[in-house]
Amino acid sequence: MTRAILASLASGAVFGAGLAVSSMTDRHVVLGFLDVAGDWNPRLAFVMAAAVAVTAVAYRLVLRRPAPALGGEFHIPKAGAIDARLLAGAAIFGVGWGLAGFCPGPALVGIAAGLHDAWIFIPAMIAGSWVAGRLAR
Amino acid sequence: MSGWAPGIAGGALIGLGAALLLWSVGRIAGISGIASGALEGARGDRAWRVAFLAGMMIAGAAALQFLPAPPRAQTGPTALLVAAGLLVGFGTRLGSGCTSGHGVCGLARLSKRSLAAVATFMASAMAATFVMNHVVLSP
Repeated sequence: MTRAILASLASGAVFGAGLAVSSMTDRHVVLGFLDVAGDWNPRLAFVMAAAVAVTAVAYRLVLRRPAPALGGEFHIPKAGAIDARLLAGAAIFGVGWGLAGFCPGPALVGIAAGLHDAWIFIPAMIAGSWVAGRLAR
Repeated sequence: MSGWAPGIAGGALIGLGAALLLWSVGRIAGISGIASGALEGARGDRAWRVAFLAGMMIAGAAALQFLPAPPRAQTGPTALLVAAGLLVGFGTRLGSGCTSGHGVCGLARLSKRSLAAVATFMASAMAATFVMNHVVLSP
């Protein structure tokens, strides 16, 4: 249990350092990518490409194991249908992301970094998630 | 000015963090799902989530202090940030993922659902940014 918590902490630390190094914590860098008709900043494409490439190779190696290193089992989302719920959720998320340039990970780092905007964004994000969770019941 | 080097270095770290989480505790690094589970999930399933988020927030904020370009004093309009937060929270919960869960981990697993989600949120995000920057705030 303790080892699992330390491993999660360390995994989060590497992930969070990546968000900072790549400037994904700067919502204006993200908006610079999303604004294809403006002064386009390709940064996010490099970040996504590298993150997906590393994860794809590493996941393949890790999933050769029968189980995670610290016990338990792998929790992989089951392949499901591409339904209206998935697409509507993604579309709504995208509008919010495109308005502010914040997605959940970078905005949470912004909370710890004391970014004014993140402190406004995150409580609203938690409320929005809570409402969607209620409706789904 | 494209900043490909920090982009690739940071992206690789994001991937390594995701890989370490799957290798050690068998979990997918989807931040929206980890966060909602940390707040509202089953009691016995919260500790690893809180630990992951704490590590991410502390290391991310610490790294920002040492990086050459500190985050600019960002202050956007409150109403815009609240609206964006509500939409991001609602949409990621409804669609079961965000840029990390669908974007990084889902695409890495070649998930068709995640590919559909990424194509959809990229399109709606670009549309929203376009409307904000070139219609609403048009000079």
